[in-house]
Amino acid sequence: MSATNGLTIAVPRGALFKETVELLSSLGLDTSELSSNDRKLLFEDIGVITMRPSDVPTYVESGAADLGITGKDVLLEQAGHGSADPAPREVYELLDLGYGRCTMVLASKTGPDPAAEALRRLGVMRVATKYPHIAARHLEETGRQAEIVEVKGSVELAPLTGMVDAIVDLTATGTTLREHDLIVREEIVECTARLIANPVAHKLRAPEIDRLLERLRAR
Amino acid sequence: MIHPIPSGTRDVLPDETREVRAITDALRGVFERHGYGEVYTPALEYESVLARGGHTAQGAGSAEAQPAYRVFDESGAALVLRSDMTVPIARVVATRYPNSEPPLRFCYLAHCYRGVRPQRGQPRELLQAGIELIGAPAPEGTAEALGVLCAALDTVGLEGYRIGLGDASLFPSLMAALGVSEQGRARLLAALVSRDFVGLEQELSDLDLGAHERELLLEVPQRRGGPDVLAASNGVVADAAANMRQVYELLEPPVAERVIFDLGLVRSIGYYTGAVFEVYDPALGAPIGGGGRYDELLGRFGRSLPAVGFALGVDRLHTALLGEERGTGASLS
Repeated sequence: MSATNGLTIAVPRGALFKETVELLSSLGLDTSELSSNDRKLLFEDIGVITMRPSDVPTYVESGAADLGITGKDVLLEQAGHGSADPAPREVYELLDLGYGRCTMVLASKTGPDPAAEALRRLGVMRVATKYPHIAARHLEETGRQAEIVEVKGSVELAPLTGMVDAIVDLTATGTTLREHDLIVREEIVECTARLIANPVAHKLRAPEIDRLLERLRAR
Repeated sequence: MIHPIPSGTRDVLPDETREVRAITDALRGVFERHGYGEVYTPALEYESVLARGGHTAQGAGSAEAQPAYRVFDESGAALVLRSDMTVPIARVVATRYPNSEPPLRFCYLAHCYRGVRPQRGQPRELLQAGIELIGAPAPEGTAEALGVLCAALDTVGLEGYRIGLGDASLFPSLMAALGVSEQGRARLLAALVSRDFVGLEQELSDLDLGAHERELLLEVPQRRGGPDVLAASNGVVADAAANMRQVYELLEPPVAERVIFDLGLVRSIGYYTGAVFEVYDPALGAPIGGGGRYDELLGRFGRSLPAVGFALGVDRLHTALLGEERGTGASLS
């Protein structure tokens, strides 16, 4: 039996990957191939599958993985929006792993806030984001009308070209924002890496999951 | 030519129908053998009538029980497509059996209609098979329903399943006993219903509670496993644990062996009052079905009787059976 007690864990490639591998390694998992082979997806011998962070809840919800690690930003975004109808993924959120800390912010160009001006004079602000649900929920909860523009790549480009008045994006250090002459106007929510579990595995594999949780809490 | 159908609905063609028929025939046979008579009710009901069963004081996350589709009839009355069979059968009991001597036993195989989230492959129309046992109080009624549930699953040939058994009143009673404010209770319950233990811990740290109370409210709903999870309990937890133990002691050994106690089990449907349960199988990532006690629902329709029931998702059951046959399923080790 491996260090993960025979459980399958969905591991996110990308920003959370390095610290996730360190975490698994600290649990006694042999992560040498995991960190050296970035083309392989399935590491059956150690019970790990790798994917992009936003796919982790999908695999865990379906039961293809028992556990997963992903950012709170991903979980919030996939819960959808609309205060009357939140529909989070059918997964357990078990533990705040503490790493990958970053903040979801509303930012706009330095100087007089173009978003505030748009809101005052046009009645609506245009906001570009990779997180349309989080952005819409935040603006709705703060009573502002907004047009959400979903982009897939560098969000910083959108306000610089005048396409939008502001952006909602994740920032860790603020460096990228500063480099593009953007400043943080509002902090929406702090996000860290979370351990999630499939609802059926949470019941049927309770002893294994609780043992792992205990070791993670004791770190 | 391709003519579309609404997302979340589908046609069932002969190969699949044959397999589904084998399952539904077996289920119907088990239900009938246990004395449950099959009923059909209209798919469309008056919204005002179903609304009697749709809301509870707890109110948390009962979206699943809310009908998602409304139409207006020729006189302007609002009609809804039923979202489950429990509320329609409560109506049938109050209306058609106002004076019959309980207990009453009904079963059904019926399509129910739910709202869907885009891109999640959820069904809008789902075939449910279940029973309602009206007028049989806990613990005997609950034990009977669990016995029928296991007989049904055994008969269709599902092998690896387990029954999670909890109590819907446990967490609300625990919150009340530990002095959580009304507002705090709603927030804690919402976190638990959305399966968010990190959020539960955050909400708890915002409340004016002692360290011991906080610890209990976070730790108790994460307890699940064999009968030993009932042992280490006192106060309100002990009361709920005693209820679960009473049910457990009435179960036949093959049924009792399937039970996992789960002190954190809360179902998203709001009308449950006591014992609640869900069916898990390693070959499927989601519960196959579930049920529980709803001792106050019938009273809202004017015939106050304790009741218990369950519903199985026939398509999920079919998928789990196929998964077991193939030996797949992520958690199957």
